[in-house]
Amino acid sequence: MTDHPPVERTAAARRRWGACLGLALAVLAPGAARAAGPVLVRAPWFRYLLASIPAGGYLTLENTGAAPAVLTGAESPACGTLMLHRSETAGGTDRMVGVKQITIPGHGQFRFAPGGYHLMCMQPKMHPGQAVPVTLRFADGSRLTVRFAVRGANGAPAPGGTMPSGMGPSGMGPSGMGPSGTGPGGTGPKMRM
Amino acid sequence: MVTITRGGRNDRIPDGRAGRRGLGRSAVALALTAALAGAAAAPAQAAAWHNIDVRGSVPPLAFDMTDAATGKPVTATDFRGRIVLLYFGYTNCPDVCPLTLHNITVILQRLGKSADDVRVLFVTVDPHRDSLPVLRAYTALFAPQIVGLRPDANQLARLARRYRLAYSVSPATGSHPYEVTHSAAVYVFDRTGAGRLLIPSLASTTPDLAGTTADLRRLLRASGERGWFDRLVRRF
Repeated sequence: MTDHPPVERTAAARRRWGACLGLALAVLAPGAARAAGPVLVRAPWFRYLLASIPAGGYLTLENTGAAPAVLTGAESPACGTLMLHRSETAGGTDRMVGVKQITIPGHGQFRFAPGGYHLMCMQPKMHPGQAVPVTLRFADGSRLTVRFAVRGANGAPAPGGTMPSGMGPSGMGPSGMGPSGTGPGGTGPKMRM
Repeated sequence: MVTITRGGRNDRIPDGRAGRRGLGRSAVALALTAALAGAAAAPAQAAAWHNIDVRGSVPPLAFDMTDAATGKPVTATDFRGRIVLLYFGYTNCPDVCPLTLHNITVILQRLGKSADDVRVLFVTVDPHRDSLPVLRAYTALFAPQIVGLRPDANQLARLARRYRLAYSVSPATGSHPYEVTHSAAVYVFDRTGAGRLLIPSLASTTPDLAGTTADLRRLLRASGERGWFDRLVRRF
């Protein structure tokens, strides 16, 4: 897995990047980390359904720095528009609200996960089995490009394992989801739940 | 539970007789009656459900809508004989609806062959945008037991009123995007069409998959409303 996107760094940032990488390799054995400055991204993935309806994006952001990091937006060539959203359940009803920014606390993490925060990808141009680039924008002006694994309707985060080469940081297991698209009338791949 | 105690100064026995012999016979009669009464009054349904028991407070399954797979009208009678899950959503929902259908798919897989007797009705609250082909393609992504149903506006209003479901669809304006709100819950109806359970939310990050699977297995096993004692009695 070698296609790191080019990122501009100062010497100090390079040291931090090295430290982060070391931390990532030590802690996140499946090798699922990308970093800009102190922020790591783990297990980024899209659930793709149909070309005509939005895809939902999920990831975990880990802040190895002391100062809070503020995510303000995202963009991707694989999405017509990409927005931060949150699903809310209140009084027995579900709805979705737009989110302007999210704050990752110092030495903390923030999870975008099904049922909660998610990226809403309108007009998705992707299919299950691919990895597509998403650029995250932060309040301090920094940007981080990460490859999101694209899974089908029944895609679920697989519990780690080695990454197939060529895939982005996804934590997909070897015998797990793989290209998890389902054909018409199919029940999808077997699940490990 | 009936507790029988022997002797003792403070025993109170209905027929006024204290003493061992009287207590023994009364106690046996009492215990036997209690056991039979307990058996008759305790059908299979007496044990607790993992989800919310709504028996008696939810009307039987009734509707008319269009089946996305065939384009033909269907009613609730087309699903009698099967366990039915009823869920309201829309296809432009990127998070909650796919999560719910995914969790339902996992439950269906855990049921194995029994899932043949389960149907999941995915009813769109957004018939304006959700055409039949889109609904058909959408439900096919998850599991074959999931049926896409498209009500017209009147059919949807009747259904929502019947099951007290909240939903709203707000068209996009200049400053506000298209917005849809819909009930999070999944209703479960048994083979006779009676409303039995409410699954509060399979859209949470910690759904009770095991408990819901167990509840559905129990409904699948049940041969009707009567418990084992009644079925036994009816043989004679």
